[in-house]
Amino acid sequence: MPITRVGFATILLACLAAWGAAPAPAQSDDPLGVGRKMLAEDNPGELWVLRGERLFREQRGPKQASLEQCDFGMGSGKLEGAFARLPRYFSDSGKVEDMESRLLKCMAELQGLDRGAIIQTRFSNLDRASDMEALATFVASRSNGMKMDVRLEHPREREMYKAGEYLFFRRTGPTDFACVSCHGEDGKRIRLQDLPNMTERKQIQAVVAGWPAYRGTHSTVRTMQHRLYDCNWQMRLPDLGFTSDVSIALTSYLNYQGNGAVIQVPGVRR
Amino acid sequence: MADPMKIRATLQGDVADVRILMLHPMETGQRRDAKGEIVQLHFIQSVVVTHNGKTVLDAQWSQAVSRNPFLGLRIKGAKAGDRISVTWVDNKGDKRTDEITVAPAS
Repeated sequence: MPITRVGFATILLACLAAWGAAPAPAQSDDPLGVGRKMLAEDNPGELWVLRGERLFREQRGPKQASLEQCDFGMGSGKLEGAFARLPRYFSDSGKVEDMESRLLKCMAELQGLDRGAIIQTRFSNLDRASDMEALATFVASRSNGMKMDVRLEHPREREMYKAGEYLFFRRTGPTDFACVSCHGEDGKRIRLQDLPNMTERKQIQAVVAGWPAYRGTHSTVRTMQHRLYDCNWQMRLPDLGFTSDVSIALTSYLNYQGNGAVIQVPGVRR
Repeated sequence: MADPMKIRATLQGDVADVRILMLHPMETGQRRDAKGEIVQLHFIQSVVVTHNGKTVLDAQWSQAVSRNPFLGLRIKGAKAGDRISVTWVDNKGDKRTDEITVAPAS
């Protein structure tokens, strides 16, 4: 008799558990959605666009020059649509470059600022702001509403793309992780954070069109260079060098995969 | 130097929906920097919003407000073209004023 009762109770509990579990997926779909929507309507990243524009036009550095002559691939000083075509090959440096590496080059060469110092302050922290983050946000925002359009016309661009593809799928490091380990299928998470499946066009488009992004947990705007640096750290790999070939190869791969995405920066991320 | 605010004011009937983004460190006086030293208290102390020169909001803030604060308010009896001005002053005497006009309802 007592056994039956236990059995009945177990079934009842199992039913309850099943019911209890049912609403959970709806909630875990997007528990942060409300906050994210509020942030998107009044994105603090807009303040970085303003600050970036001021820094861009201001005469700074030992050479007292602005960045208005900086060439992002569309000609000197032409920003509209430039971000949508990056990374691309630049004949003046003989390298494939992304937005941050171009900014670094212009700040060092046009303004005469110290390269090492810029790299040291490439990412802001709570104690100091980063000019790079603001400038990158401003430059990228000039391509808002345009479609990502990386073309891989130059052989070096193809090379970088191929290298990026290889790196994306290559398992490495102490944890034997590849980018694709976390970003290769739907529904993967780190804690509560849903991870985009970057082998799927729609999802990768949402990624490349939304960086630089304001990160609520960092109280600042972060760029793609920081995103990759952070992923690298999460995989317990050696620090990713700022504007290193590895970072630009990965950006080439990701941006090309995301071609057609309508750029809307600054994005908003957790 | 204080960075500019981003202010947006849109009309909904005769109510202006005003949204203000400010760039400010809002230090609580409790955080330590990389060297382990306490970061001085640094926060916005007063915020004044005026509508065509008339004060509609006068707020005293504390260090409990977040970094890069966001402030939203609705002003009754507003028309397109009205001037909305926002001024903040922090505890170090730094201040910033920005002004915009109310955008017509879209």
